[in-house]
Amino acid sequence: MQEKDLELLQILEDNSRLSAEEIATMTNLTPAEVEARVHALEAAGVIRKYTTVINWELAGNGEVSSIIELKVNPERDFGYDRIAERLSRFRQVKTLRLMTGTYDLQLLVTGKNMQEVSRFVSEHVAPMDRIRETATHIIMKSYKENGNVLFEQQEAERLPYSF
Amino acid sequence: MRNFISERAQNIPPSGIRKFFDLALTMEDVISLGVGEPDFRTPWNICESSIYSIEQGVTSYTPNKGLPVLRETLSNYLNQHYNLPYSGEDEILITSGVSEALDIAIRAIVDPGDEVLIAQPSYVSYAPCVTLAGGLPVPVECTEADRFKLNPEALQEKITRKTKAVMINFPNNPTGAVMNRKDLLAIADIIIDNDLLLISDEVYAELTYEGSHVAAATVSDLWQRTITLNGFSKAYAMTGWRVGYLCAPKELCEAVLKIHQYVMLCAPVMGQVGALEAIRSAEEDKNNMVQEYRLRRNMFVAGLNRIGLPTHIPEGAFYAFPSVKDTGMSDTEFAERLLTEHQVAVVPGSVFGVGGKNNLRCAYAVSRKQLTEALGRMESFLNSL
Repeated sequence: MQEKDLELLQILEDNSRLSAEEIATMTNLTPAEVEARVHALEAAGVIRKYTTVINWELAGNGEVSSIIELKVNPERDFGYDRIAERLSRFRQVKTLRLMTGTYDLQLLVTGKNMQEVSRFVSEHVAPMDRIRETATHIIMKSYKENGNVLFEQQEAERLPYSF
Repeated sequence: MRNFISERAQNIPPSGIRKFFDLALTMEDVISLGVGEPDFRTPWNICESSIYSIEQGVTSYTPNKGLPVLRETLSNYLNQHYNLPYSGEDEILITSGVSEALDIAIRAIVDPGDEVLIAQPSYVSYAPCVTLAGGLPVPVECTEADRFKLNPEALQEKITRKTKAVMINFPNNPTGAVMNRKDLLAIADIIIDNDLLLISDEVYAELTYEGSHVAAATVSDLWQRTITLNGFSKAYAMTGWRVGYLCAPKELCEAVLKIHQYVMLCAPVMGQVGALEAIRSAEEDKNNMVQEYRLRRNMFVAGLNRIGLPTHIPEGAFYAFPSVKDTGMSDTEFAERLLTEHQVAVVPGSVFGVGGKNNLRCAYAVSRKQLTEALGRMESFLNSL
């Protein structure tokens, strides 16, 4: 991938609300070039979506998130792919990854409350064919999400002038 | 009672910025572009390693020269990154920031009456340090027309029989100017032909945005007559840690060491431990910061030019140096009115010596949001004139 495209991706990952004009002045491209490159990255599926990092605890909607680990018997010819695709279709599954280690699949599941999450696991996930074992971990508090610190940090004080 | 203040101390001019400093402290909602330090926090792995070492009781003096492992690691780093062959054993000295390195380097080489040429605009301590050592600071003006590089003819013109050394700082504070290999070659001949010493302060070396930094000591035969200064403050956002270093051929380094051992003994050990971690594993943090500075620079300099303050593109450091000549105001008047009427703090260029009287030093080591806000306020100010 071209260096300029990487630069654009890094800028957008940090703040996807910047206008093409703003990005253009930072990268020495024209706004039209920025737009063309971004469109190409969207078309290629590199850019999947523009989203927002929200501290849901502060927003106070009371949602519960949990990490669910699954041991899975892989399928001949397909490995973990088919079951992973099946699981990923559930609205409740926000993140799904194949892992090394004790477990195979790791899910991030959110629900309105604990009951909803546990019902989802016991009624939809655990009974699925090929799933041997599940372990559910409720997230108590999130300190950092995708590189963004969620707790309040003290501003470091700097002198108004220094040489 | 007698006046106990020494003539030397009396003869040093007070800080050109004191008035602004006091003014800014009384004001609310000031956006400060007057700060010569990164707005980033020190990368956490550096802090963590220093905290751990304190917990482990690493709180004593170190050898005068600095921790051997730090000097050795630094020696390899300088070799790999800048092609600088300094031995960790006896050609590198760890100091309390580049400020100390600068002072003791000058004291080690200047005799009373010696003239030291200073490429200006320059960092504010150069001339006073020469004066304190009994020498005579002689400014050599770097002009906007030369994009604030040191012009070989201007340098040659100032050389007299008393000239002993030349001090340069590229990437430059306050102009952001950079000297590439060709530029350095042109001054190298003059320095060698006149048998001068070169003090090259390269503390902004890592903050080079076009191409890569060329260490002065690697140019022509300058190595044997060059003292290279560098430090961790700017590249790794470690200003408060006070760790810098001085590199020079053995004989020079030993002379400087004699002064260092009496005035400082050693640089703080916590800082040295942090510095070691910085070289070992903060490369990516550093690169991320440099990338962010680059984006801010592009955005901010384009903005300054757009609102009517002509600004050359600074190739290094984190300062823009716009010209206020077209406004008809002096740099000081502009800076004072910008602060009192629009709450943006910048440093008048004349504070940095000759060559800066029509310019302002604006540090872009603040967030993009603040830069945008500052540009807006500066534009309002210009429109109100």
